[in-house]
Order: sequence, then structure tokens, then C-alpha cells
Amino acid sequence: MSVKKVATNQPEFFQFSDENLNKAKKIINKYPEKKQSSALMPLLFLVQKQNENWIPLVAMKYLAKMLDIPYIQVYEVATFYSMYNLSPVGKYFVQVCTTTPCMISGAGKLVEVCKNKISQNQNELSANKICSWMEVECLGACVNAPMLQINDDYFEDLDKEKTEEIIDMILNDKSPKAGSYKNRKSSEPESGRTTLINLKDA
Amino acid sequence: MPKITVNEKKIEFEEGLTVLQVCELAGAEIPRFCYHEKLSIAGNCRMCLVEIEKSPKPIASCAMPATDGMVVKTNTPFVEKARKGMMEFLLANHPLDCPVCDQGGECDLQDQSLYYGFDHSRFTENKRQVKEKYMGPLIKTEMTRCIHCTRCIRFATEVAGIPELGAIGRGEDMEITTYLEKSMDSELSANVIDLCPVGALTSKPYAFEARPWDLKKTESIDVMDAVGSNIRIDTYGWEVKRVLPKINEDINDEWISDKTRYACDGLLKQRLDTPYIRENGKLIQTSWTKALKKIVKKLNNTKPEEIAGIVGDLVDMESMFIFKEFFNKILTSSNLECRTKKTYLNPKNRMNYIFNSSINGIEQCDLMLLVGTNPRSEATILNARIRKTYVENDIEIFSIGNPGDLTYPYKIIGSNTQVLKEIIDEKHEISDKFKQSKKPIVIIGESALKNDYGEYVFESIKNYLIKNNHITNEWNALNILTQNASRVGAVDLGLYKLNKKDNFPILNKLDTNEFKILYLLGADELRFNKKNEFIIYQGSHGDLGAQIADVILPSPTYTEKDGHFINLEGRIQKAFKASYPPGDAKEDWDIINQLSKALGKTLNINSRKELEERLINSSSIHSKIGEIVKSKVDTNETQEFSFVNSKIEIDFVDYYFSNHIARSSMTMNECRSIKNKLLSTGTKG
Repeated sequence: MSVKKVATNQPEFFQFSDENLNKAKKIINKYPEKKQSSALMPLLFLVQKQNENWIPLVAMKYLAKMLDIPYIQVYEVATFYSMYNLSPVGKYFVQVCTTTPCMISGAGKLVEVCKNKISQNQNELSANKICSWMEVECLGACVNAPMLQINDDYFEDLDKEKTEEIIDMILNDKSPKAGSYKNRKSSEPESGRTTLINLKDA
Repeated sequence: MPKITVNEKKIEFEEGLTVLQVCELAGAEIPRFCYHEKLSIAGNCRMCLVEIEKSPKPIASCAMPATDGMVVKTNTPFVEKARKGMMEFLLANHPLDCPVCDQGGECDLQDQSLYYGFDHSRFTENKRQVKEKYMGPLIKTEMTRCIHCTRCIRFATEVAGIPELGAIGRGEDMEITTYLEKSMDSELSANVIDLCPVGALTSKPYAFEARPWDLKKTESIDVMDAVGSNIRIDTYGWEVKRVLPKINEDINDEWISDKTRYACDGLLKQRLDTPYIRENGKLIQTSWTKALKKIVKKLNNTKPEEIAGIVGDLVDMESMFIFKEFFNKILTSSNLECRTKKTYLNPKNRMNYIFNSSINGIEQCDLMLLVGTNPRSEATILNARIRKTYVENDIEIFSIGNPGDLTYPYKIIGSNTQVLKEIIDEKHEISDKFKQSKKPIVIIGESALKNDYGEYVFESIKNYLIKNNHITNEWNALNILTQNASRVGAVDLGLYKLNKKDNFPILNKLDTNEFKILYLLGADELRFNKKNEFIIYQGSHGDLGAQIADVILPSPTYTEKDGHFINLEGRIQKAFKASYPPGDAKEDWDIINQLSKALGKTLNINSRKELEERLINSSSIHSKIGEIVKSKVDTNETQEFSFVNSKIEIDFVDYYFSNHIARSSMTMNECRSIKNKLLSTGTKG
């Protein structure tokens, strides 16, 4: 796991959008009286979604005040979990799986593409500051290896060319199609289903 | 009672203890780093591993509740191997920089690795390196040495009530820090230095000053506030190097406040080491004979009524005793006063000016009312006890007046004497709570006893509590929070003057400049306009008192003489001499004795021992060192009073600057400026 670094350039202000504020209130209400601090983790995630995939310090203060807990408690949680980003990662955050099944299916080529197209090093913004990439441990889509994740979506069954296509699209601020790039339905066999053929939505 | 077997020895134990505690009862020593009696259990250092029958793995005894019939072994090869393994893990990332570490000689890790560790390490990889963290002007950090016991985090969150410390990151990257490396905003912060079992958190002012085995240790009493914390003074030569807490469960547990600990560098600065005389508006050095001669000349030409003596905040009982004898017998004057502010005093009964519930007794209370007091800055250790009671028993706390952040929640019910009247007339919601409460506590601060409303506040609360049966021999809810170490003792000895109409005649006369000679015994807090008074200042520091003085007589501070102090509960304790006063300074009793002789009279006190005996024999209260002598409650003794409508304002107590020693201390100066910066920039939150 990489060491988490807090960004030096911090925004001065953060506030939930009206829509997210409603969501936040719903999340907080799920927890019993005096245990509202438990809502911290989903709220941090909500901040990350609203703020281009990263959590600034003002947002941590904002949450601490919202939940009436000490700042340090928010800071501890945010630094503990690897999936909270504490510095800008761009609008498109690319995570390439390099654990064994993906690795033997050619994840190295995906990493190469990222290095060439986005940035030489991990956790570094692309020239137009729109995206960054990092290697991560297993994302749980081994059957569709090699794969990568961009924000909330999985892009599966990739090879060098397809990855280049995807990366080119996001670099131009266009959303590529998510899912399998061998036209598989989720993780069914490439040549079609061999069992449960009669069930349409199995 | 359930039974347990520890190393083939059977013992009984109380339900609710952990295996570690039971093992200690049985006399089996168990090494530990993270476990601490006064803090919650973390169980993360794994050093306290023991073998428990039927368990295949060693068990962390600090987190394991003891149950009936357990068979525990602490001295088997299995346990030894487990401990050695743990110690090797702890040392894997610990820099072996003991020769340059301030903790050396009093380090838990050093001691325990000697007894429970390997003689060499098998770890050949790179050790981790952690950046130093800023934690304020008192705490020096060397975070590479940290073993992540989290004692400091638990102390800050649980005892000090300032959740500012935390562990960020995880695994090998875990680091202890304050939020964004801000200074810790607590008056108890430096206790984490004592708690740290390694050299990660050490004392900044004491950095590289001395080694623990070079220091002479003297157990003594603190005088920075009226709590009377038990301390250990460490001296190197004659210099006080540091002050540490000494455990006393009845007073300070094992904590002391930052002022107690770090004002000691003020003992070296601004000291008066020779007598001074003011000539042509300038203070010039002189000899004892000349100084005394000048005083004698003045005293002989002045009527006794025109001489007044004011006693300061840090004066010991012996000095006050002989000061009073000197005034009464030699000067034949009764103009003595221990109050430097106009606070109401009713000395008819001892319970009228002490903290009757006792500091330990706070833990039993079920309802608390603070009247015009900010215990956090007036008596930090007592505030920690209130917080402990709040955390453990979840008591309701109310306040008249706004004291600011006290580290626990409370409700302000008003800041006017009108609210008090409503409570007493049983028109307020609190009145019912007082009726139902079995052990309430009312704490009256000095701010509530000020000026014209002091009498009403005190007498009405006392009457109300008597009426509701809250002042009995079993439980006394009436508590006065005094701020000065010498106050209770001074009142016990009778160093005050009052008459029926006027509660502070001396201070009033001082305002109208009616005295010709003022004798200040360490009194620096006096605020008045000097006109033609001849002022004699006898004290240790060149502070506010010495600035206005015409003659200065240098005397030692609390670390440089033996002396008794009575704390706010009325508990008499003895402070011991740890070092020597500088230059020509003489002990207070000696100065007064010589002055008497120069006047051609004598007090018949020839040695300090004689003085101490006379003091102790003067009253039955003074003979039981370390105990509270409970005086009988007299509920018939009441006084008339009339309602005064006024706002109760809590005076701001400049915590880091509250007496002449603290004002002379560089460390306290630094703490104060950082605190003021925090307040002015609003970065506190």
C-alpha cells in the first residue's frame, strides 16, 4: 500500500450540494441517537463523489462539525482506508488491477498504456489534469481479466489497443462504455452460456 | 468470591478484574506497555502475554477478564518465548539510540528488553523512519521511537478531554499526531510525557538537561494552585531541573498541570538575591543591616494602626505564623490581610472557606452546580476530577456564569444573582433536582464572592443547602474554590480583618491610602494606587510587589525551604526543601526574627524546628499531616443577608501567568503566547 499524502494545495471551502445534503441526512438517520458518528464512512465517500474523487481537509472539518466529532477522528479514518483519496486524482480515476489473475492475463500491458498516455508515475495527474492512474490489488473481476476501474465502472477483458482507446476517450473528457470488451454478458463464457440456457435472466 | 490459580498459587479476586490485575494481586510481575491503570484498555502492545490452561495460544492478560477457575501461568518457557518474540517485534523498528535519548534510565522499553528480550536482533532490513511532529512548546517528539501503545491518545481523549491526538495511516505507516500538527490545547498536556513508555514524547524544556540517575529527588507539594498536588522535585546541584507528579489518589491521581510541571524554570529567573533600598526613586543594592535599619527607623516613627501586612499567594504556614506573631506582639497591630481581591469571607466556621466535599468526594456526587467559577484554569486537577466523574457517572452539571470550554458539557442556567434567587425560592427547575439529589455539589468560585454581591451569593447558598439537608456531617455540599495555595492556611491562622459592616476594611483603606507602612509578604497581586506609603516587600521574585517597594528583603521560594501548606480541602501537607535560595536571601522566619531583634524585642523562636512545633501545636487542625480534619458542622450558625441584583462575571484567570514564579518562567511565557494566538486567530475550531 502506498503512503497517503495530503495535498498541499487545499481548497478553502467545501459544502454538500443540496442533493448530497439530503443523501447525507438520510445516511445519518440510519444510525441510532448518539451513534451518528458511525455515518462518517459513507459521508466521506459522498464527499469523494462530489469533489472529483478526492477529500480535501475542509471537507473533513465540515463532516466533523456535521457529526459533532473531533477533527482528528475524521482524519484518522480518512488516512486509514486506502480507498479515500486525500489529493486530487482527476475527474477520471483509473485503477488497474495487477493481482495474479490479471497479471498473467497481461495487466502489465495495461500499466504500460497508462504510463505512456496518462503519466509516467502512479498517483500523478495527466498533462490536462483530467485523470490519473494507480495499480491496485484484486478488484474481484478475475474471470474477466485483465481489467481496470474508472470511477465506479469496470472495464473488462482488455488488451493493449482497447485500453488505448478507453484512455484516449477519457483524456478527451468522453465517457467510454463500461463492461466487457469481448462482448461477454457479465462473466459468462465467451462462446455463450452452456447451462441454464432456458432461463433468460439467470 | 471467585478463585483463580496463578503460578500454582490460589487466590480470590473481585469480579470484574482482568487477568493482569489478578496476577499482580498474586505477586506475579507482568511486563506491559499499553496497559495503564487510569486509562481504558487497548491491548495492542501484546507484551503482557500469559499462558492460560486450555488455551492453545498465549493470551494478552490486560484485555482478558478473569473468570472463576482459570489456571494462569506467567513463568513458563512458553510465556518466555512469546514475550521474547513480542519484544523482538517491538524492537524491529525501534532505533537503538538510547545514548542520545532523554528517556534513557527511566525507559520502560529499556528496562523490559533487559529482562524479557533477546540479546541481539535477527532483523537485518531497513528500519522505518518517521518525521517529528509538532505538539506544542512542552512536548518534544521523536516519533521514530514510538511503539504505538496509544497511551497518549487515550489520555488526551479520556482524562484531558481534548480529543486532539490520533493515529493516522495504518500498519507500518501508522503515526501518532495532533490534527495537522497543532499544539495541544490542554493544561494537562505534559502528562503524556510521563505516560509515554519510550522516548517518543519527551519534555521539551528539559531536553538534554540531565540524566535521571544524576538528579536528587525530593518529594514535595505544589503551590501553583490551591489543589496542593503532590510532586517530586528533581534537582541537579542547586538547580531545579524538573517537577514530576507523585501519586496521591485523594488529590491529583497521578497527573499534574502544565503550570505545576513547567513553571520551575521561573525559579531561576528574576530572583531577588540581595536586599534593595529605594533611593531617589531608584532601587539600589544594599546590605541586610542597612535595609533592616531603614525599616526599624520607619516602624519606630509610625503608629501601629497605620501599619498593614498583606500576605501573598504562595506563602507557607510557618512564615504566615511568625508574620502574625510579629504583627500582633511586636508591632501591636492587627492590620493583617491574606486577600488581595475583594472577595467575601465568612471565617466563623471552617466549612465556610474550604472545599468541603473533598476532591476525592467529587466522584460520589450526583448533581453539580458551578457558581461563578472556571475550574479548568482555577484548579486544573480538580477539573480533571470533575470530568472523570462526568465520564463515569454521567452527572448533570449546571453553571451560573459562562466559564467557556471546561472539557465536559454543562448547561448555563444564567449569569445573574436573580437565577440564584429563583433556585432558592424554589421557582427554578434545578430546585427539584436539588431536592431529589442525595449528594449534590455546589462549587462557589472567587468570582462569585466579589464585591457587593459576594455576601448574598455565599450566605444564601449556604442557607439553602442547610434547609435542604445537604450540609450534614456525612455530606457537605458547600464548596469554596480558592485559587491560592496559602489562602486556607492564612484564614486558619487568622490573617484577615473584618468588621460587621465591612468585609474587607484593609483593602478599602488601601484604596483611600490610609496606611503609612505596608509590609508585603510575597504579595504580588495587589492592585492599588501608591501614594505616600512606605512599602516593604519580602519575597523571592522581582515582580509587581518588588517594583513598588521601598525596601526589598529577599527570601526563598517553595522549593528552597521546608514549609506546610493547607490545600483547598483543608488538608495540611508538608513541602520539603529541594535546593537553596540564591545569594544573600534568607528564610522568611529568619528575616522576621532579625527584624524583631533590630527593634529590640524578641519572639522567642530560635530555630525553624521550634517554629514548626509552635505552628503545629497552635491548633488541632495542623497536627495531622496529609489528612483532612473534619470540623463539626454547625447548621445554626447563620448570618443575615439581603438580595443584591447583579451580574455574576467570571474573572478571566491568566492560567500561565497567575503568580510571580509563572510570570518569570520562559516556558509559561511561550505557552501563553501560543494560547493567545490560538484564541485570536480562531484556529481552535
